[in-house]
Amino acid sequence: MTALRYVYAVCRPFDTPLQAQLTGVSGDPPRLLAHGDLVAVVSRVPEADFNEEALHDHLEDLDWLTGTARAHQQVVDALTAVTTPLPLRLATVFRDDSGVRLMLEERAEAFGCTLDRLDGRVEWGMKVYVEGPEQAAEPARPEPKPASGRDYLRQRRRQSRADDDLWSRAEEFATDLHRTLSDRADDARLHAPQNPRLSGAAGRNVLNAAYLVRRDASEEFVERVDRTKDDAPGIRVELTGPWAAYSFAGEEEKNAGEGS
Amino acid sequence: MTTPGRLPDPYGQGQSANLADILERVLDKGVVIAGDIRINLLDIELLTIKLRLVVASVDKAKEMGIDWWESDPALSSRARQDELTRENAALRERLRELDPGRVPREAP
Repeated sequence: MTALRYVYAVCRPFDTPLQAQLTGVSGDPPRLLAHGDLVAVVSRVPEADFNEEALHDHLEDLDWLTGTARAHQQVVDALTAVTTPLPLRLATVFRDDSGVRLMLEERAEAFGCTLDRLDGRVEWGMKVYVEGPEQAAEPARPEPKPASGRDYLRQRRRQSRADDDLWSRAEEFATDLHRTLSDRADDARLHAPQNPRLSGAAGRNVLNAAYLVRRDASEEFVERVDRTKDDAPGIRVELTGPWAAYSFAGEEEKNAGEGS
Repeated sequence: MTTPGRLPDPYGQGQSANLADILERVLDKGVVIAGDIRINLLDIELLTIKLRLVVASVDKAKEMGIDWWESDPALSSRARQDELTRENAALRERLRELDPGRVPREAP
């Protein structure tokens, strides 16, 4: 069976071994393919699953996609524990080792610049949710059934005002927190809010941000987020990380400081 | 040179990580390199129709004509305003049905 090369990330050479039981997207353990002063982290994947046609079909399968995405992230995560990886997009596949080497050769300069910029840094994700108004706004007593059209209108107005208050509080809270965290980070990005249908998270996601933070500043960063968590009723803060610097791996820096 | 410093314990990550957080990163962030196997993620129906809605970056989604959050009251203050206007009109209509003659028509 022919095997293709699936590339997870590009790094500087590093000495710490990866965890022994680590497996890649098709069960093959990832290896290091060194070229110049760069290392590609690669595993073998069956041609039958990763040629254009098969890949196209597989990507339409949510179970396959989920498994592959998790396996990809697991390798990148293991790398993050021992070095600063430059994570590649899912399903970056080459025919053989020489294709991977050629890619490293051609993009050596750009990779080097980005790796220097990210060196010693990780990404933290922060999301702000507004809990459903029914949970947050007036939890105590249920509204009585409206006796007339006018009562109905009054109730709706009251509810709508409570919603508006919560929304404007949430907006202010999120803006403040984003500013505070951006000041403690080397860079920040705002992402589109997540839809609860996929994330399964309760409430509405109003802010979805990523921060590039030095490893040695991460503990303080996390504490800062923790301290804000209980500040605002009806508003929830969720921290994720440390991630490899996915959101900052692009070579363009145009978006730096966006949204602040 | 790349010796990692001490990191806090992971938050909402690893095996238990939210799928949306993972997909958002591995599909939409990270370095794009054209490998030997060329696959355009935008051609994948599942991704464009279902997942793209959830994880697409704003600009990319707009490029594809997806702008649902602009009309989703939860995500856009403009849409919230629109919804309020619609709701007001609907309420006026309802009130007019219940109590004809007392509710003035809305000035345009």
